[in-house]
Amino acid sequence: MCTYSTEKVALERSSGKTREGWQSMREATVYYDHPVHAPDAHTVNIDFLGREPGSRVAVELSLDSARELLKALEVTVERAQFH
Amino acid sequence: MRYDAIIAETIGIRGHGDELIEAYTARPLDPGPHPGMIVIHHMPGYDRESKEITRRFATMGYSAICPNLYTREAPDAEPDDAAATARAQGGVPDERFAGDAAGAARWLRSLANATGAVGVIGYCSGGRQAVLTGIEVDVQAAVDCYGAFVVGTPPEGFPLQVAPLADRIPELGAPLLGLFGNDDSYPSPEQVDELEKLLQEHGKTYEFHRYDGAGHAFFSVDRPAYRPEAAVDGWQRVEAFLARHLVTDVVGSN
Repeated sequence: MCTYSTEKVALERSSGKTREGWQSMREATVYYDHPVHAPDAHTVNIDFLGREPGSRVAVELSLDSARELLKALEVTVERAQFH
Repeated sequence: MRYDAIIAETIGIRGHGDELIEAYTARPLDPGPHPGMIVIHHMPGYDRESKEITRRFATMGYSAICPNLYTREAPDAEPDDAAATARAQGGVPDERFAGDAAGAARWLRSLANATGAVGVIGYCSGGRQAVLTGIEVDVQAAVDCYGAFVVGTPPEGFPLQVAPLADRIPELGAPLLGLFGNDDSYPSPEQVDELEKLLQEHGKTYEFHRYDGAGHAFFSVDRPAYRPEAAVDGWQRVEAFLARHLVTDVVGSN
């Protein structure tokens, strides 16, 4: 489909473990497009971007898995206020 | 026995603003002369498959070059990391792309065994950029493989730097081959119709083929979108179109 549609989120006080170890992550992009590795035609892709192109933490999620993750994020963020 | 050999290598070429950019070239080793082909990689980047396509054009008798459009954002990065970085930065601006494509054409024509005829082919976002090359650069054939937003308007809040080319179709200077999947949404069959109408209205030389049971990226052999029947027929159409516009017509006009 190559919708090119991309949601961008600025990150603060956030980190990700890259192939070169832990780094601060400055931005996340979320988009539904062709995956590089996952076996579906389209996936929900999230890139957590660090200081350079190679310091990227990437996931490609099936639509069902993305929905489950979304629910889990909501529940977790909701619960966090009681900590 | 026909001598079947190519050379393939990474080189640096001068692109937009005379900047040095990375490119991958594959060329027949026989003396030629050979027409040139510019291969525009898809949005996922300057990857193994784009290089494979570049080598295929060399085996077809073309000196081929695939510029790495993400050189500036992500020099020496892995293709998927480079594509992610380019996406986050809004993609490749048209003006810079056109400068890089012009640099690729210049490089092809500088080869000692060049005929001077140059074509361009692009996939996915590169399909639109192939049409843009036909508008901005002196090429003799352009092939658009399912490029989105040649016509049609990008959705609201759209983060990438692409604008439709509908109002620039009158400037298209090269014959256009378009290959599309009827199950594609970007471009949709209606958008393909709209582009065809524009080409007709402006008296452009074009040839469109649309495939049932195929969607976006049906040429991608390593993805679930691959549709062998459409891809095999598509390659034959490409071969015939380029032979006509980069070899036969060019020779005939001399």
